[in-house]
Amino acid sequence: MSRKPYVRPVARTTWWLSKGRYVRYMAREVSSLLIAIYLMVLIIGLMRLSQGPAAWQEYMESLASPVAVLFHLIAFGFTTYHATCWFNVTPKAMRIPSGDDFVPGRLIILAHYAIWGVVSLIILVIAGVL
Amino acid sequence: MAKSNKPIVWGLFAAGGTVSAFVLPALIFVTGLAVPLGIFGDDALSHERIYPFVSHWFVSLVLFGVIVLSIWHAAHRIRITLHDFGMRGDGMIGTVAYFAAGMFTLGTFFALSGM
Amino acid sequence: MSLRQIELEVLRYDPEQDDEPRFQKYSVPCQEEWVVLDALNYVKDNLDGSLSYRWSCHMAVCGSCGMMIDGEPTLSCKAFLRDYGSKIRVEPLANFPIERDLVVVLDDFMSKLKRVKPYLIPKQHKPIADGEYRQTPRQLKLYKQYTLCINCTLCYAACPQFALIPDFIGPAALALAHRYNLDSRDGGRAERQEEVASHEGIWECSFVGACSEVCPKSVDPAGAIQQMKIASTVDWYLERLMPWRNK
Repeated sequence: MSRKPYVRPVARTTWWLSKGRYVRYMAREVSSLLIAIYLMVLIIGLMRLSQGPAAWQEYMESLASPVAVLFHLIAFGFTTYHATCWFNVTPKAMRIPSGDDFVPGRLIILAHYAIWGVVSLIILVIAGVL
Repeated sequence: MAKSNKPIVWGLFAAGGTVSAFVLPALIFVTGLAVPLGIFGDDALSHERIYPFVSHWFVSLVLFGVIVLSIWHAAHRIRITLHDFGMRGDGMIGTVAYFAAGMFTLGTFFALSGM
Repeated sequence: MSLRQIELEVLRYDPEQDDEPRFQKYSVPCQEEWVVLDALNYVKDNLDGSLSYRWSCHMAVCGSCGMMIDGEPTLSCKAFLRDYGSKIRVEPLANFPIERDLVVVLDDFMSKLKRVKPYLIPKQHKPIADGEYRQTPRQLKLYKQYTLCINCTLCYAACPQFALIPDFIGPAALALAHRYNLDSRDGGRAERQEEVASHEGIWECSFVGACSEVCPKSVDPAGAIQQMKIASTVDWYLERLMPWRNK
């Protein structure tokens, strides 16, 4: 008997719309684009900073435009989502043996959130002082 | 089958993902939202205060590390995301993405060393 | 015991007659506590003897009755009807060629499984007279989770990278490679790395994590692959930065 296996077509561009878990995955991945744009804005800021107070003032004013604020709002949302995804899977990638078992995954995640909180607080305090 | 050289970029990707997860949300909140919207007052991040801070060698070094690792993280993930959206030519996309990350790295270096 | 009428929508494909698959509906009188596999067995025994599908143990051990049930890779022996509506769509596992009806072609998976050498490769030959290998509970714990794999290939049906890149070795085979790499009796990691750390190995994974979500045995292949990425990255840098370590 001859075989004639049927290969189902793959939706190469839209596959991720078929399931919630794939949409969430893509949301995590797309954060990278927003990170790249934000870093570009940040690097431009550093260049403007070294060009003197007038250039810096101009840069700061451009950041207050509605488009800039909207972009940063979206970028803030996506990077925060990316951070939670990243921390939530750390126990999978990093198993820490403890006795005959492993350190509970929850503890590893909790530690990451704690460090995240401290780092964020430090950044906020520095910004408040400056 | 030959072993892949992906670890070069994957190492940077993983380090950058961790750094950007810890740092970027707060950094974006401060530079993109709080300061422009005046939450820290009208003269927050004024040039006379921020310049000496950022140009301090230690702060420069930390900023360089955060930006460069995050950019390599983003470049590698953008490459994968384009593939996930069905784009062909992964090798070409990879070359462009890592070249761009290299340029960003140089840009960051010159911006910080020029202070 | 109460009866419940279920409408099964089954993807049929007869390689001798059909050019492409088609859905066929069956109205099945089901017992409340049945699983989808019971409903299929009812169809085969009472309604349509031509329906083909694989199954054996009916208790989530043999790993042969995996199907897409309402679009989700599931063992049909574990899919309780009470968790579904009155209409259930049953398709062969996604990302595999269809042999006939709900039977998929597993040749590709089998050859990939073989390539990663999923068996103990002892560090050195040890005669039986020297006695058994001893392992501490801790050494066992390191890899035990990955021994639970039943090769049901639900993870392949869930993995979008396998769908996009058919050459990807894939979750279950890589998780099994990891299982042997972590075994204190094993010395075969360097051999497996030739496949595992190749382009078609762990590096095609983008950590979607779907494999671990659908795994009926909680093997967590996604975690295994990330651990191997970290270990392979450490290897890569050590080989280049400290060449004197390479024997």
